[in-house]
Amino acid sequence: MSQPAIEVTGLQKRFGSQAVLKGVNLKVPAGTIFALLGPNGAGKTTLINILSTLTAPDEGVAKVAGRDIVSDKNGVKKSISLTGQFAAVDEMLTPEENLRMMGRLSGLTAAEASARARELLRQFDLVESARKKVKTFSGGMRRRLDLAISLVVPKPVLFLDEPTTGLDTISRRALWEMILKLREQGMTIFLTTQYLEEADQLADTIAVMGGGRIVALGTAQELKARIGGEVIELRNAADEVIRTLPTSGGIQDIRHLLGEVALTVPQDTKIGIRKPSLDDVFLALTANPKEEATL
Amino acid sequence: MITTASSSSLASQDRTASFGATNAVFIGRSVRLSLRNADAMIMAIALPVMLMLLFTYVFGGALDPSGNYVDYVVPGIILLCAGFGSSSTAADVALDMTGGIIDRFRTMPIRSMSVVTGHVVASLLRNLITTGIVFGVAMLVGFHPSAGPLQWLEAIGLIALFIFTITWLFAAIGLVAGSPTAAGSYGFILLFLPYLSSAFVETDTMPKWLQGVADNQPFTPIIETIRGLLTDAPLHHQGWLAVGWCLLLLAVALVWSVWTFGRKAGRR
Repeated sequence: MSQPAIEVTGLQKRFGSQAVLKGVNLKVPAGTIFALLGPNGAGKTTLINILSTLTAPDEGVAKVAGRDIVSDKNGVKKSISLTGQFAAVDEMLTPEENLRMMGRLSGLTAAEASARARELLRQFDLVESARKKVKTFSGGMRRRLDLAISLVVPKPVLFLDEPTTGLDTISRRALWEMILKLREQGMTIFLTTQYLEEADQLADTIAVMGGGRIVALGTAQELKARIGGEVIELRNAADEVIRTLPTSGGIQDIRHLLGEVALTVPQDTKIGIRKPSLDDVFLALTANPKEEATL
Repeated sequence: MITTASSSSLASQDRTASFGATNAVFIGRSVRLSLRNADAMIMAIALPVMLMLLFTYVFGGALDPSGNYVDYVVPGIILLCAGFGSSSTAADVALDMTGGIIDRFRTMPIRSMSVVTGHVVASLLRNLITTGIVFGVAMLVGFHPSAGPLQWLEAIGLIALFIFTITWLFAAIGLVAGSPTAAGSYGFILLFLPYLSSAFVETDTMPKWLQGVADNQPFTPIIETIRGLLTDAPLHHQGWLAVGWCLLLLAVALVWSVWTFGRKAGRR
């Protein structure tokens, strides 16, 4: 399994006059979680749509599970499972019926599909609601079912487009647990997210996307290191953060910076020093994509 | 705890659903959705029945004082009923195409267009049943068909072909429309055509220019053929015209649907 699960070179896509992807390169090793992080409109969904064969690229080459996404579409389809941004479930059907239907469409016999449906309902804690229509479900239950459907016949590569958007904290953490377990079993997971915490918790590799390009790529640690040594937070009398200032961590740098800032903030401002978070990286990288692209 | 079926099965799956199995699954899905949509089912039966009662008892006396208007109007009502019953296909297809589920189907190694076929076949089954009910009510209000078994068979065959054709047209409209609501509105235009045909009155009672439209649009020969078969009247060339129109429209609807499906899917 030395071959990467996903390999993308020079991928470009434009819709009309708007360039959505301007040359994307990335590699995802098999059996790892890869998070694509970026604000709305960064091109995350377009990239996932291209890799899952829904949209054809204009330029560039991409291979998923060793198969070309343009010339061997069917081969790619046999190796992947996609959970899109909107819960892709049939609202008027029960979860059991949804799972059985997907099982049959994946080539299972009726008996195999029923057995697999029951197994997944148990694993995803949906047994009690197995016979209720999905339209009565909460967002968290829907997402769980959505993920369960993707696993009816487990495929080597799983695409998750914003899997936890709109979920509460408990549901989000439950879903993270499930995703981490899938990696243990050898699955490669490619997910998009707007949440830094999610990428930080789950991903082996994080790519930050902005303006149609990957502006930074690495582990959470590497990305945090990129922004420098320490972050200074300025807090007002009510203990609210009013500004954050990235610094190298060197004493001269901090002295110089504080000397400048002290003149422009209220007298009762307090300072704190902390390690940079992924948020700082993200804001620094996506604030001005043109400049950062040269990073 | 989550387990994949077995860790060793984490390879590309060469086992895929056959074309037949895929279609069977999608037809089953659409039939099940139809049965769960009780409101639409009730409307699809109630509306034609109400129309028939309206035309027989309210307008019938004025249109044909002899009291035989019901024999004239039944074929038109049947087609109107089939058209109305099929029209929900447009919204069903549009709903699938604009939701997330189509992307899931399209990333599976199956012919995803079968999701549309499923809706069409379910509509055909649904409408054959409602047609039967409408025939039953027609008999109760005095409809006296004089068709023999073969003519009945031909009439039912033509009605089924008509339902199949108009459903594919609605499916194409559903594929083109941007939303289920828009699909419903566009579909309404098709439902207006029977009124400009020989469904309710003979076309020679219309102004000359309108008569030209009514005589040469597809609904008229189809209605005339069904009427001829049920009342055991000579068909002349109407039968061939009716089948010809259906096949032509079916071909157009199929090409239009396949083309739109390929062009639209995956773009949102």
